[in-house]
Amino acid sequence: MLLGPSLAVSALLFTIGVIGVLVRRNAIVIFMCVELMLNAVNLSFVALSQVHGISGQVFVFFVMTVAAAEAAVGLAIILAIFRHHRTVDLMNINLLKG
Amino acid sequence: MMAEQVFWFFASVAVVSALLVVVMRNPIASAFWLVNTMLALAAIFFLLQAQFIGTIQILVYAGAVMVLFLFVIMLLNLGRGGSDLRRAPVWLLGVVLVGVLASQLMPLAGYTRERLALEYTRSPYLADPEMVFDSTLSAAQATVERGVPGDIAKPLFEQYLIPFELTSVLLLAAIVGAVVLAKRRI
Repeated sequence: MLLGPSLAVSALLFTIGVIGVLVRRNAIVIFMCVELMLNAVNLSFVALSQVHGISGQVFVFFVMTVAAAEAAVGLAIILAIFRHHRTVDLMNINLLKG
Repeated sequence: MMAEQVFWFFASVAVVSALLVVVMRNPIASAFWLVNTMLALAAIFFLLQAQFIGTIQILVYAGAVMVLFLFVIMLLNLGRGGSDLRRAPVWLLGVVLVGVLASQLMPLAGYTRERLALEYTRSPYLADPEMVFDSTLSAAQATVERGVPGDIAKPLFEQYLIPFELTSVLLLAAIVGAVVLAKRRI
């Protein structure tokens, strides 16, 4: 069954993803860490689908679709930002700062 | 037990690769370690009786999405430059916050089928998981009846048909949005 261990690994991967988002400055690396967090949540969905039925796996399917759409739009935004600022360092992108 | 050892092997591969994603300074190295994490997760999905999801994980995530990331990294010609960390107080605060988050998430490790049944029914007595959860709904049982793709296709095209059709609209919107954003002049 491996329910507890799977949830533990999922929690650990999610935590590592949060560390990446909070610590790094490169927009693309932050984006990859968000993908890592989505993957961690997918793991907990799959682990719990062993108990609660196949619906969890259907949900993982939807999460993957949304993640693919998000990656396409997010990377296009990063490209547009790079074209404007010549950098993807988030510290240099502070237009909304007062 | 063999499956458990295989699980722990792939789990440690996934966690170490995920740490390297965060630690590596070069974005291309981060991307390749992320591919490694996703492949290890796919192996764990296979172990957890989710063969279809594991295959899709390799095809869509490790294949398509990560190739998109690599294309953008190479297009922007990243990979050089100094430290990539935020300023010291900010990232130290981040690590403290993550410590709190981790301490709250880690009790999940203690979950078993029995404890889940107990919390699901809110009964003071020890509940039998076989009585609480409908075993005909379990993935393993459905796979025996309908095969691996049929297992996930039945709920996808019956119970979740409308959300499934709506994702096509989402994907179309994402494609149009990506083209509009990335194009220099429309």
